Amino acid sequence: MVLRNPRRELEIPGPSTVEALLERLDVNPESVLVIQGDTLVTRDARLADTDVVEIRPVTSGGAE
Amino acid sequence: MKCRVCRGPAVLDIRRHNAAFCRDHFLKHCRDQVQRAIDDQHMIAGGERVLVAVSGGKDSLALWDVLVGLGYDADGLYLGLGIGDYSDASGHAARAFARERRLELREVDLAAEYGYDVPSAAAATHRSPCGACGLSKRHVFNAVAVDHGYDVIATGHNLDDEAAVLLGNVLRWETAYLGRQHPVLPARPGFARKVKPLYRLGERETAAYCVLSGIEYQVEECPMAEGNRHLGYKQVLNALEERSPGAKAAFVFGFVDHAHDRFTEEAGIEREALRACDVCGSPTTGDVCAFCRLRERVGSRAVHAQ
Repeated sequence: MVLRNPRRELEIPGPSTVEALLERLDVNPESVLVIQGDTLVTRDARLADTDVVEIRPVTSGGAE
Repeated sequence: MKCRVCRGPAVLDIRRHNAAFCRDHFLKHCRDQVQRAIDDQHMIAGGERVLVAVSGGKDSLALWDVLVGLGYDADGLYLGLGIGDYSDASGHAARAFARERRLELREVDLAAEYGYDVPSAAAATHRSPCGACGLSKRHVFNAVAVDHGYDVIATGHNLDDEAAVLLGNVLRWETAYLGRQHPVLPARPGFARKVKPLYRLGERETAAYCVLSGIEYQVEECPMAEGNRHLGYKQVLNALEERSPGAKAAFVFGFVDHAHDRFTEEAGIEREALRACDVCGSPTTGDVCAFCRLRERVGSRAVHAQ
């Protein structure tokens, strides 16, 4: 699986799910969007070995 | 997952609503939540002119897009903070958004207009850059709104922002701040009304709104905010939300509905003591407002350095 932004390749025995991917990366699903190719996907979406996936952080911190 | 409304394929799940939505019904959900916030809290009356504080990030661009889509008369104001490549990319996103939709974007550059930027202010005050940034934004947004006859300033504070600020205020029992933390700050002499129409939407939702609406926003986080206290609070709250969906909404909405009024008296005492700043004329509790004191400190540091 190829992760974008920053770009890196990850060996994940597929097929997997978004939820499993985030768990493996220790990422809280509440803090990101997951974009498979160019489509936003839900936690239960299936991911294949060949997929390009972006895990986009959504947390901004510009307050005192 | 399937869309709660039409049973088509969902693109986003929102656990606190125990629901998922397809693109079209998710965008409608966002517009409905903003309209509900505006109506419930009496944020914007018919015919009023709105100034949207636009940073180029997901929240402010989503807010501007929704307000215009709902029919409100909303211009944008972008404040150039002077934070290197980050500010360049943010300004580019804000300008491109306005240009493509033929909306009016006002611009103020801190360095050109006031002689300092956020990095120099942080260095001069030896305090958090977010403090200098927030102070500058509050002053400039209000000054532009008052000078140009806007009735309302709308900011992109979302549910996560409000929950994080509330947690910080409660942890330190900042009672005056709690009295001022509300989706609406009424207008008073020298101050335009301030509203937060996104307070019912989480930042995952505002980011998804932009992705699904084709809004190109500044994805990178501000480099000066890295590691700040606010981000730490958000991390804690998201851990809580993951275990207990709806925790953030219950925390913020419960405060607004049941607790905020208990703290308004303390905030009100400060309001009664307001007078005009000796330097710029803005309302302040002292002789010189915090913004002018900041400018003076940055300016004197620059003189010493010469």
